[in-house]
Amino acid sequence: MINLLAIKAIYNHEMNRTKRTILQSIISPMLSTSLYFVIFGSAIGSRIKEIDGVTYGMFIVPGLLMLNLLTQSVSNGSFSTYFPKFNGTIFELQAAPISGVEMIIGFVGATATKSILLGLLIIVTASFFIDLNILHPLLMVFFLLMTAITFSLFGFVIGLWADNFEKLSLIPLIIITPLVFLGGSFYSINMLPEIWQKISLLNPVLYLVSGFKYSFYEISDVSIWTSIITILLILFILIVITLLIFKKGYNLRN
Amino acid sequence: MKKNLIEISKLSKKYKNGLIALNNIDLSIKKGEIFALLGPNGAGKSTLINILCGLSHHTSGEIIINNLDLVKNRKKIKSLIGLVPQELHLEAFETVFDNINYSRGLWGKKRDDKYILNLLKKLNLETKKNSLLMQLSGGMKRRVLIAKALSHNPEILFLDEPSAGVDIELRKEMWEVIYNLKKEGVTIILTTHYIEEAEEIADKVAFINNGKIILVEDKNILLKKLGDNKLVITFKNKIKKLPEYIKNYPCELSDDKKNVEILLSKEKTELSSILIDLKKDSNFLDFNLKKRSLESIFVDFIKRKNHD
Ligand SMILES: Nc1ncnc2c1ncn2[C@@H]1O[C@H](COP(=O)(O)OP(=O)(O)OP(=O)(O)O)[C@@H](O)[C@H]1O
Ligand SMILES: [Mg+2]
Repeated sequence: MINLLAIKAIYNHEMNRTKRTILQSIISPMLSTSLYFVIFGSAIGSRIKEIDGVTYGMFIVPGLLMLNLLTQSVSNGSFSTYFPKFNGTIFELQAAPISGVEMIIGFVGATATKSILLGLLIIVTASFFIDLNILHPLLMVFFLLMTAITFSLFGFVIGLWADNFEKLSLIPLIIITPLVFLGGSFYSINMLPEIWQKISLLNPVLYLVSGFKYSFYEISDVSIWTSIITILLILFILIVITLLIFKKGYNLRN
Repeated sequence: MKKNLIEISKLSKKYKNGLIALNNIDLSIKKGEIFALLGPNGAGKSTLINILCGLSHHTSGEIIINNLDLVKNRKKIKSLIGLVPQELHLEAFETVFDNINYSRGLWGKKRDDKYILNLLKKLNLETKKNSLLMQLSGGMKRRVLIAKALSHNPEILFLDEPSAGVDIELRKEMWEVIYNLKKEGVTIILTTHYIEEAEEIADKVAFINNGKIILVEDKNILLKKLGDNKLVITFKNKIKKLPEYIKNYPCELSDDKKNVEILLSKEKTELSSILIDLKKDSNFLDFNLKKRSLESIFVDFIKRKNHD
């Protein structure tokens, strides 16, 4: 029997935490998105010629979305599982009749919800600055959901692994952010020398950004199917890793 | 069907650093009983409770709870158990009510505001229901933890030092709460440093020291068996040596040489003859009967064990 009420309890508990800091959760992404548009969209963007047929301001929307989705999902996700270890309230999660899967659904569900809301907020903010015209809205929503869920789960795993605050911020800082910036978020890889184009293809985030770009404007660095398969593959691998970790009882303090 | 709700056999726990916190423990706890674990700091009380509640895993041995093997039925067993941990681990920015409600949800129980409000009343917390957890005093936090553990109607309640930091008045009210739970059929296992707490509420007492159970006994039997009475005689003037009429009994002369404590036998048959002789003694001032407390029994026990 799956403990649905427990999943709901965890989900609500996490969402309530978000509600308590709602202003910060809304204002900071809106502000940073606006700054990107003012600087890259208008100030610098006006000197940059169109990329793949779209203005630079439009071009950066999918990348900006991806940057926020990935960093926020990972850091919120890792925080929500690390925090109970930090303040000791994990004893209750350990003593409660909850399976690993139920915990994942509750925690990752809440983090992903937050990320999805954040993504929508960024799209709305962007629409104030540019004419936003999403060619494949359903596909866009698919990528939004999958990316939010996948990287919230990634955050969850980091939270289980981390035993101090430094480790918690390490992964987003040294892995996620560089991969997003080097993944064609703010440029097209066609603009790179051939050797760097090849190297860029090793970056999984590139496939995700490309999928997003396709859903918005039908422009992409790789085929849309490659992007879809990539995100599903990453999610699958993460699920396997998480289940293995739970099986080993890694979630326990000692 | 076994008649014991909890059946522990040959349980050992070795921590990663090599420390053996529990050493081959056997213990049975009956349904509906209040079971007190007594022992000095570091004896292994919390370790035992944490293992039974699933916070930590044992190294060897078998644990059967409600006829189920703990290792194979963790989820089922956890759903029966409520735990009040020794440390005051709580969120900071959540309200008392929401946090208790959250616990109920974690155990898969439907939201029931009335039940929780009633619980808060029983634990003298009703005025705090909308306070943030960080605004509570230590004793209040302890009671919130008790409310959280009771929020999901557990059949077995573990209380790891429930009265640490709770003042005398509230402690008595808490005992009342524990009594009432017992009446409802809840099995209660508690650890305590306050011997009078065990004396007051426990049905059964186990002494644990250095990871070993040194004694498990029905409290009343224990008090009767070991808690024999003492006769304390006070003299007017210092005495140089014990008077004839008591010197054959197990006596202890106080440092000021004015008091003598005599350990009486279970039947106390010697009492009357001593009292008759006492009346004739011109140096005799007063006498008192003293009951030995669990505490002194406990201290003696630990001493005796350490001698072995
Ligand atoms: N996580 C741990 N790792 C290593 N050793 C531990 C750990 N937790 C407890 N111990 C050790 O195990 C022994 C038993 O500790 P435990 O907390 O069970 O004692 P206790 O009887 O509850 O004591 P107290 O009355 O102080 O609460 C102690 O020597 C303690 O140092
Ligand atoms: Mg302890």
